[in-house]
Amino acid sequence: MAAPVLAGPVYQLSGVTKRYRTGRSEVLALRGVDLVIRDGEWLAVQGPTGHGKSTLLQLLGGLDRPTSGVVEFDGHDLARLPEAAVTRARARSVGFVFQTFNLIPTLSAAENVEAALVPLRLGAAARRERAARGLAAVGLGDRLRHLPSELSGGQQQRVAIARALVKEPRVLLADEPTGNLDEGTRDEIITLLEDLWRSRGLTVVLVTHDSVVAGRAPRLGQMRNGMFEEAPRGEPVRRNQ
Amino acid sequence: MFFTYLWRELRRRRRQAVLIALGLALGVGLVITVTAASDGVTASQATVLHTLYGVGTDITVTQPPAKGSGGGTSFGFRQEIKNVRSGQIAAGTKININQLVSSQYGTMSAGPAARAARLDGVSSVAGGLALTDVTVSGTVPPLSAGSGSFSSSFTTNTFTVDGVDLSHASLGPLGAAKLTAGRALAPADAHANDVLVNASYATANKLGVGGKLVIGGTSFTITGIASVPQSGNPPDAYIPLARAQAIGQASASAKLGGKVNTLYVSAASAADIPAVQAGLHRLLPGATVTDASDLAGEVTGSLASASSLAANLGRWLSVAVLAAAFGVASVLTMAAVSRRVREFGTLKALGWRSGRIVGQVMGESLAIGAAGAVIGVALGYAGTALIDTLAPKLTATVGASNAASVSGPGRLLSPGAAQALSGAGHSVSVTLSAPVTLGAVGLAVLLAVAGGLIAGSFGGWRAARLRPASALARVA
Repeated sequence: MAAPVLAGPVYQLSGVTKRYRTGRSEVLALRGVDLVIRDGEWLAVQGPTGHGKSTLLQLLGGLDRPTSGVVEFDGHDLARLPEAAVTRARARSVGFVFQTFNLIPTLSAAENVEAALVPLRLGAAARRERAARGLAAVGLGDRLRHLPSELSGGQQQRVAIARALVKEPRVLLADEPTGNLDEGTRDEIITLLEDLWRSRGLTVVLVTHDSVVAGRAPRLGQMRNGMFEEAPRGEPVRRNQ
Repeated sequence: MFFTYLWRELRRRRRQAVLIALGLALGVGLVITVTAASDGVTASQATVLHTLYGVGTDITVTQPPAKGSGGGTSFGFRQEIKNVRSGQIAAGTKININQLVSSQYGTMSAGPAARAARLDGVSSVAGGLALTDVTVSGTVPPLSAGSGSFSSSFTTNTFTVDGVDLSHASLGPLGAAKLTAGRALAPADAHANDVLVNASYATANKLGVGGKLVIGGTSFTITGIASVPQSGNPPDAYIPLARAQAIGQASASAKLGGKVNTLYVSAASAADIPAVQAGLHRLLPGATVTDASDLAGEVTGSLASASSLAANLGRWLSVAVLAAAFGVASVLTMAAVSRRVREFGTLKALGWRSGRIVGQVMGESLAIGAAGAVIGVALGYAGTALIDTLAPKLTATVGASNAASVSGPGRLLSPGAAQALSGAGHSVSVTLSAPVTLGAVGLAVLLAVAGGLIAGSFGGWRAARLRPASALARVA
């Protein structure tokens, strides 16, 4: 895969820890993570279940705050920004893709994509036009009015990708984006993501169990016991390791 | 997007939305129906009370009769008996005494009426005279016949006459009268021997417009016939106050010139009534000051029961149903939010502010509340239409059980009321109607919308508290 030319860091994480309370017990999900992700980079993160992959992604997306340490996004520490500023950053600069697609079941494909533009305060006509373009870019130009329940899993994930990218974010955070798809559809989705990454100069952080998916990323890391480790290329971490 | 999302969401959980809307609608419908029925009962009470009391009159003031004047209507006759016994009238002489007397109440001079009019909160004051025309006729028996035979030799006819202040005819006894023939008494008739006769008295005595009626020994011309609801036991005839004062007698030796025995007081507003009552008590110590609520307390029967039912059971039933509807709406909305945790977590991940998500939840609840309001108003109208169709008859009973309690010293009511209450049990039938007012509809709609807002607030509060990470963690 030919990677775009890398610029300065988008993310700089230093000494990031995250503790959760679940009932009376405490879980240390991240233990002093240090990580730099450069603009335009594609980083795949592997690791066993419960070792902090999703927590890392949530901190990168400003969906949660670290217990300690610094999560610097584009020069701003997300841990110290007020909630409104984090929400604004998420609305403008971060796109999410989830394993279970997380489409709003009552809204059509186009309306789901439009939902990502609502926080940007665009007019209805502009939203509709950009949503249609976004769906066309993922090959669903003829499925605008379909409800999620009328689409296949692969098509739903394409809608989710269109929704994540319609606002032209700097970063795409994908949490097991192919986890619910068959192999053929998985390959289609990864190829689509690669095309978009390449053509738009996106920074992609992708969490996956799938070694095939991880193996297509230029940079690979793994989460083990809440710590991030860089993995040498060509040796992706095996599933359930 | 807001309305599209709202509409689609309500369609998705339409059964729940319909359930909440119907719950709110039931409460709203009950509020409208109960309020309308309550207004109807109040109007029926007002009808009864006004006939007892006079339309537009808020307070009546009377004085207890002076001590020693308890001879009632017979003081003129007693004078004749004295004359017979002293030999001034011989046995066999025909006697016909016709007097207009104030027997029930003590009299007041014009001063208190003028001062009452100057009290704060008083809109207008009219004086009146509640009088009785007494005719005693017969032939004087021999003195040896004994007192029993003496009394039985004479017949007594009475009818009631009110002297009315024609410059304030809307206050007091004429307020509830409706002209059925001839013309009403006008201020220009203040010194004329004109009389307005109650329709039932006119029918019973075959009187008509243009005919004559002798009152207190003076012949009056009947200018009109008036229909007055019988609930108030109205006077049989109305004459100008000045004429009543001229020919009426306070006692055997005292004329009524310039005096009245009743004041009809109208307050500037309902809120002023207590202050006006207090002022009147200060102005006329010892007088009986009565307002409509005092009188309402003396009305019994199904009208009073309906009033109590509307005021107590109806109100609390409405409150209970509304509270239940609010509670169910809140619980169901919170449950709906719980089911949509993943959805809201996703929206937060997309950059939606909590306020926007709360607004969406509130909007959905408000829409349900509005639907509940519309259905509820329709239900309310249906309920009131049912009441109007059934038109239940309510009876207002005055006097049966209360005559004793209201006729004792210091417990005197207004002339009409006292007349009604002093007789045997006096029942009046009124048809209950349920008029829907815009105010009641507005209140009900407000309640439904408030219900929606309350439910939405709970749901919104729950949605706002969702942390996107934990919301998404459930599915990630």
